[in-house]
Amino acid sequence: MVWLELLSDYTFQNVVIGASLLGLISGPLGCFAVLRRQSLLGDAISHAALPGICLSFIITGSRDIGGIIMGSLITGSAAALIMLVLTRLSRLKTDAALGACLSIFFAVGIVLLTYIQSTNNASQGGLEAFLFGQAAATLRSDLWVMGSITLVTLVLLAVFWKQAKLVTFDAEYARTLGMPITVIEASLTAMVALAVVVGLQMVGVILMAAMIVAPAAAARQWSRHLGGMLTIAAGVGIVSGVSGATISTLSRGLATGPLIVLTATVIVLISLALAPGRGLLWGVIKHYRQKSALQKQQLLYALYKHSADPSCAPSTLGSRRMLNKLKQQGYLSRSPRGTTPGDDGWGLTAQGQAEARRVVAAFEELAS
Amino acid sequence: MAIFNPTDTALSIKNLTVSYHNQPVLWDIDLDIPAGVMAGIVGPNGAGKSTLIKSLLGLVPSLSGEVMVHGRPYATQRKRVGYVPQRSSVDWDFPTTALDVVTMGLYGRLGWLKRPGQKERHEAQEALEMVGMSALAERQISQLSGGQQQRVFLARALVQQADVYFLDEPMAGVDATTERAIIDILRRLRDAGKTLIVVHHDLQTVRTYFDWLLLLNVRVIASGKAEEVFKIDHLRQAYGGQIALLNDNESLMFSASKVK
Repeated sequence: MVWLELLSDYTFQNVVIGASLLGLISGPLGCFAVLRRQSLLGDAISHAALPGICLSFIITGSRDIGGIIMGSLITGSAAALIMLVLTRLSRLKTDAALGACLSIFFAVGIVLLTYIQSTNNASQGGLEAFLFGQAAATLRSDLWVMGSITLVTLVLLAVFWKQAKLVTFDAEYARTLGMPITVIEASLTAMVALAVVVGLQMVGVILMAAMIVAPAAAARQWSRHLGGMLTIAAGVGIVSGVSGATISTLSRGLATGPLIVLTATVIVLISLALAPGRGLLWGVIKHYRQKSALQKQQLLYALYKHSADPSCAPSTLGSRRMLNKLKQQGYLSRSPRGTTPGDDGWGLTAQGQAEARRVVAAFEELAS
Repeated sequence: MAIFNPTDTALSIKNLTVSYHNQPVLWDIDLDIPAGVMAGIVGPNGAGKSTLIKSLLGLVPSLSGEVMVHGRPYATQRKRVGYVPQRSSVDWDFPTTALDVVTMGLYGRLGWLKRPGQKERHEAQEALEMVGMSALAERQISQLSGGQQQRVFLARALVQQADVYFLDEPMAGVDATTERAIIDILRRLRDAGKTLIVVHHDLQTVRTYFDWLLLLNVRVIASGKAEEVFKIDHLRQAYGGQIALLNDNESLMFSASKVK
């Protein structure tokens, strides 16, 4: 019954819908950011949203969502633009330009925030909630705004899919086909700024970067096509949003935004470890299988080629284990100890002979 | 051997200058390449070979200069120009297949909104077949070898059905078999009347591969028919002291180059 009660709870509904919308927009756009090696651009844009939020409050005197969106879009895009100009015109590298932009804009934001707090304006309460997000304060009207932004962004992506894909993969080639790559790249960056705006209320400016990077990083592990990657990233975003929101509500008092980010991180870790083909675990298993197969072939080869020369008999711990394994599989037999020292008495069985001949033939074919 | 038709110029460059951080990379390039030739661009490291191609295609801003493709400005002739960039210019871990990359060559023709369909996939498949990669069409590009990646890039340009092709070091880092296969495809294209402009770094094969040459070192050292340009004086002028080694092999190189 607790679930039914939960589902009919107004705040919970808002939080879950908001978190889903956030996942839906940040996942796919994060994929483009990650593939364009601009994961940290999202971080810079989101930190730079803070001065925009504060400026909008100073100008309008209220926490109206329209003003906050406009403000954060303007300063977020300004930060991205300044970063791009810095890397193009100066010899500053991307990471240095990003770091500089991020911290300068964030510092200005904090100064403005403390200035607003010092004025003791009655309606300023909770402006610092945008630092870490305040999901429970989400209103139905906020959801409409977030939903519209998400819808418009995803439709734009679907319509200009081809362009976005080619510019991300090979921008120079795209230009030779006559695509306006500056416009397309700028639009993709602007869309990241839009995703940040959607996440302001839910996870806040500081942790927003994780929502851009984490779903995309997890999705890359599971998919072989860009379309699939985007779909999975959106799925990961929604699942982490909804589960983070649910855990937060059930635990009463734990912050929603960080929980959403932590859930996404868990999914990333699982994906990095387990995803078929790319996962670390499969890499380790494959490595040991190959190593063991190679060791087996090598032993059979050695015993077949050098059976007359007992000094070649292997005696290390690893090879002894392999010898016993091959004996179990019926490839080897062990006769009583030979007369010469060092002869362990290992010999190939008929089955072992056949297998060894196969290995030798394969090896010689490879060598020729 | 292709027939030189002096009235048809595939590529004409006038007064092209490119600089990077106040350092001239290309200086006052004047050049005409006739249609239907396989032209090699040769020169030492840092001579501006790749930069020349990139500035022609508008990928690198130029200080001055005019580029005409088949007698008209490049900007109006994009559809007649194909480009094969250096293999290392993209991230091959991008989640996509060989066939999909080749299909990208058709994006220009499709215009803004139309999506690639059955017909486009079929064309891409045919281009892959031409480069001997049809069996690997559905393979992830990250799992292709260097030579296979280069063939995919070549197929992507083939599918454009252009008249003039620019290739940036297509033979870099590929094995002998792939190099052979690539040169065979390029020759077939030339014999079909296309113009191929290839940045090349291996002087040993220059005379065998190309019938037209541009010897470049920031300025044009020499350009024209390969047998007129590939002379030790020109090479020494382009490469400076580094050419000493070549001198001993000169006779050997020229006899080898007669094998066609």
